[in-house]
Amino acid sequence: MTLTIEAPVHAPSTTALEIRELRVSYRPVHHPVEVVHGVTLSVSRGRTLALVGQSGSGKSTIALAAAGLLPKRGAITGGSIALASRDVTTFTDRDWRPLRGSELGFVPQDPLSSLDPLQTIGSRLGAELKRHGVPRRERTARAIELLTRVGIVDAAHKLRLRPHELSGGQLQRVLIAIAISGSPQLLIADEPTSALDVTVQRTILDLLGELQDELGLAVLLITHDLALARERADDIAVLHEGVVVDHGPAERVVSHPEDDYTRELFANAPALSPDRYAHLLRRVDPSHDAAIEVSGLVKTFAGSPRPAVDAVDLRVARGSIHALVGESGSGKSTIARVVAGLEPFDGGIVSVAGRDLPRHPAPANRHARRLQMVYQNPLSALDPRFTVRQLLEEPIALSTDLSAADRAARATAALDHVALPQKVLGSRPHDLSGGQRQRVAIARALALSPEVLVLDEPTSALDVTVQTQIVDLLMELRDRDGLSYLFISHDLSLVRQIAEEVTVLEHGRLVEHAPTAELFANPRDEYTRRLIDAIPKAP
Amino acid sequence: MTATAALAPSIARRPRVVRPLDIAAVAFLALLLVAIAIPGALSPYDPLAAAPGQTLQSPSLTHPFGTDYLGRDLFSRVMHGTSRTLLASAIAVAIGLGVGTLLGLVAAYFGRGVDAVISRIVDVLLSIPGLLLSMMIVVALGFGSINAAIAVGIASVATFARLMRSEVLRVKALTFVESSRHLGVRAGRLLFHHVLPNSWGPVLSMTTLQFGSSILAIAALSFLGYGAPPPQPEWGMLVSEGREYLASSPWLTLLPGLVIILTVLSVSRLSKLITAARTGARS
Repeated sequence: MTLTIEAPVHAPSTTALEIRELRVSYRPVHHPVEVVHGVTLSVSRGRTLALVGQSGSGKSTIALAAAGLLPKRGAITGGSIALASRDVTTFTDRDWRPLRGSELGFVPQDPLSSLDPLQTIGSRLGAELKRHGVPRRERTARAIELLTRVGIVDAAHKLRLRPHELSGGQLQRVLIAIAISGSPQLLIADEPTSALDVTVQRTILDLLGELQDELGLAVLLITHDLALARERADDIAVLHEGVVVDHGPAERVVSHPEDDYTRELFANAPALSPDRYAHLLRRVDPSHDAAIEVSGLVKTFAGSPRPAVDAVDLRVARGSIHALVGESGSGKSTIARVVAGLEPFDGGIVSVAGRDLPRHPAPANRHARRLQMVYQNPLSALDPRFTVRQLLEEPIALSTDLSAADRAARATAALDHVALPQKVLGSRPHDLSGGQRQRVAIARALALSPEVLVLDEPTSALDVTVQTQIVDLLMELRDRDGLSYLFISHDLSLVRQIAEEVTVLEHGRLVEHAPTAELFANPRDEYTRRLIDAIPKAP
Repeated sequence: MTATAALAPSIARRPRVVRPLDIAAVAFLALLLVAIAIPGALSPYDPLAAAPGQTLQSPSLTHPFGTDYLGRDLFSRVMHGTSRTLLASAIAVAIGLGVGTLLGLVAAYFGRGVDAVISRIVDVLLSIPGLLLSMMIVVALGFGSINAAIAVGIASVATFARLMRSEVLRVKALTFVESSRHLGVRAGRLLFHHVLPNSWGPVLSMTTLQFGSSILAIAALSFLGYGAPPPQPEWGMLVSEGREYLASSPWLTLLPGLVIILTVLSVSRLSKLITAARTGARS
């Protein structure tokens, strides 16, 4: 990133946000829990500080505290926060109001849920401008100017629209326009792109960079994505369990991490280590049997004018890992569900392990032993009332006539298989961590010894370290049990690590299909190139 | 943690508040349970024994609720009527719960034609005012406590069926149900081991709430004379009997009425407590 304003890091006059020894606690049912333990940070004008950490590290809590948006049960229990050298530690909502928009702007994670669905964009921006004292007759012109500034085409028309009529990327631009409407010095962006498609993420981050250069903004960027932080920030602070474990210029933190935890995080970021599993990948022999063969698949949802999947061909060779990539709406999950026999289809042939699927799948799953599915969110894919033991024994009891003792032994073995300790047998899904839950879900899917696993974004709800552990497990299981994987993902950096072949989809159509190395080295299609460009660059 | 607590007294541990009204409600219901188990424990008089010399006495220490036109002790009659009225309400709720949840479950699970037929029946039941429906049924069945209970139960079937149907539809769409089906779990097991246990929480809350309404409905039917034949005491009938003497002896109407009101209020408070405990324990 090129900066037009070069500001010295510690000059007090340009410090937009100064956090000293900050402690924040939440009050749950029984006793207060401190989640931020004495964090010191500062952001100067014209600089970007990325606050990096996994879920539960306290990064969002710090962002909320710095924006005066802590929920009622949270409280600052020590230290101080200063905005442009004004102490705001003890500010009430009323004190904060004049500062919002004029001193600091906040860009939230999910743009759609951050706007009133009944209010037009123009009315929302108008209200914001009114708050900043812009006279009524100038508001429309100023609103158009702001929207144009954040890269919205035909701004005058967009003012009359409501949130659902805009795309996610456009909405995030509108929220950025709202955030900068009062010319603030500081922008706090809490995971501003994690709800957006990968190609859109890049354009939004570019916009934030431009605005920063132009307006001399200080930016506090909250993210879980290390590669993104490395690419976009001047400084990085790594947060682990409420403590800053590493803090410094981005280059230094990445090239010479001072802390073991930081080193681990970087090792686990797929974008930063593309060859992690290179020794486990195989060359796919096209003459090999197909585990999944799809030809000319067409599927249109009732009431939709265009097909969700349009004449797609797909061949997953036995024993290989085949990735299906695309953005939301590309039809990749629909194909996964059709292949899994969960969704009827309108045309084409779908065969799994050599047997054709009927167009209207029977309610009882007849090919459970050939193919199983692993879902994105393991918490919703496991019955909350069942213990791990019950969850694991259920499929075993269905497929065999084993005695209770033998079933228990099989369940224990299944647990070992996915490297979970025996003590979780009595727990319910709620009591497990995200990674443990996904392991249970995988163990359940493997209970019937299927030949094929369909993995629908199996790690996208997990932290990067946990993601690595799950992917390690999946690679090991593939090797040992000779499984074939259809791996659905929007994360090209992960696909580059683990897949042997890739199929790219856009709007339900096949874009291209190639062995992974070939696709990344030499993308034939413009769309594929954009997807690949959206991966933050490795150092 | 002590340092934190010292810094922020505002977020220090807050003990769970036990409200006096909660205690009162539970105590009142406990009293009624005693009255059901041993009706004579709280009142020494025979509820059916007339005492010609002591008619229409106002409340006193010997007769806390006074006496009626035959000189019978009203407090004894209320206490002895407890079991009849509450038992009838319990039967009514059991019928509503059993038939209603079964209909809702079947409608939501099988969908399509089955759902259409059941849902239309439920719509028809819902379109007739509950009391009117109960009266029609009790007239068809004949008078009496049990028949009144059946009538009130049938009138509440629709409410349960509708709630159960929407809950089952919600749970059925959750990923874990699909995932279990995909593993090959059969319909019956899916329904009774996965869908049902995850959907009856709100229905249980509804049950306690419905118990209060049933007490009122049973009392109303017995007030109108559709319940147990005299001289057996029943709450609604006691209110009705006192009506003749409203001007001279208003306690004959007011006190049994008060017991009905307190019971319904206590049950609904208990329902709130149960709901709070259930949702609180889950989060």
